[in-house]
Amino acid sequence: MTVRTAAAIVSFAAGIGLAGCSSFYEISVETPIQAKIDVSAFQRVLVAGFLTGGAKTIDANTETARLLRSQLRSKQDMRVIDTDVLSLVDEVDRQKGQAPATATDAESKIKTDKDLEAYEQIFSNAEYWKKVGAEYQSPLIVTGSVMFTEVSKSGVVSRPTSMPNEQGLEEYRSVRTYSDMKGYALAPKFVFIDGRTGAQLFSETYHEEALYPSTQNTPALSSYFELMDKVLPSFLNTLSSQKIRGSRVLLK
Amino acid sequence: MRVRMWVIVLLLFGSALPAYADRRSDAKDQVEFGITVAQRGLWKEAAYRWEKATELDPSYGAAWNNLGIGYEQLGRFDDARKAYEKAMEVEPNNTYIRNNYDLFREIYDRQNRRRDR
Repeated sequence: MTVRTAAAIVSFAAGIGLAGCSSFYEISVETPIQAKIDVSAFQRVLVAGFLTGGAKTIDANTETARLLRSQLRSKQDMRVIDTDVLSLVDEVDRQKGQAPATATDAESKIKTDKDLEAYEQIFSNAEYWKKVGAEYQSPLIVTGSVMFTEVSKSGVVSRPTSMPNEQGLEEYRSVRTYSDMKGYALAPKFVFIDGRTGAQLFSETYHEEALYPSTQNTPALSSYFELMDKVLPSFLNTLSSQKIRGSRVLLK
Repeated sequence: MRVRMWVIVLLLFGSALPAYADRRSDAKDQVEFGITVAQRGLWKEAAYRWEKATELDPSYGAAWNNLGIGYEQLGRFDDARKAYEKAMEVEPNNTYIRNNYDLFREIYDRQNRRRDR
């Protein structure tokens, strides 16, 4: 929620309180948001695989493909193709004439955004995607990249702290303290490809971060799911319409 | 001479007032009916009523505000923006209209960012 929305909601609530006898009617609304791309030509969707890099703590390729497949299965109408996840890093290496990575160095090939750029050419390789599409009866292909990296930051943070007041009663106050934070950053790029032609239809990039106190031990996988949760509604809205619930005030 | 001019001005103003009151009254009827049907989820009919109201009385801020909401519900975002902006032009200090507009802009800007991609 942005500052503008928060401000609007606060002043909206204050306005309703103050406006005792004005002629207004609060009404629930569901604003329709169109899907970002028209997928009516496709009956199937293939989540092919992803270029992944950053932290080696999770298998972002497999996890992302599995998560997107399960979300697509329950939240849109196309049939989701179940197949092995492609290793796009290996595919690019193969196309370049290099030996595919071994199990031990598979993830280490992409560490930074710059490393990733060298591999991203695969998304514009229409011939390759057309070939993949032909194998699965020309579906909509979902691919892209997922950078999952460890981050650490230091700074002043506000925390509610319980302390006794003058009457000796416990009360919560916001206390600002200098703190070391660590966590993860997730930067997925979703690329949608027409399996009939291999042409790119749409792509979208996100960036999300989750930071925790350095004393807290948060597993990488749980942080990955926490961050993907923030991105999923927008990902799903690429393929299907959504409704945003809210309220407005009708005036007389 | 001056007195005569004032008399003419007053007569013109006086004769215009009932006509304006009639238009506002008719527009109010349309607005109220629009609210009734909107509360039943009939947004198309509601928007039609509020369009009528703004035609009858273009200075009726509430009608423009409601029309903005109606268009928003029908997915006509560009029309909704114009209606809200007209409402704010007519009633610049109305916080309800401003809040409705701010909430709408949140969605409108997001939708337009998508179109730009």
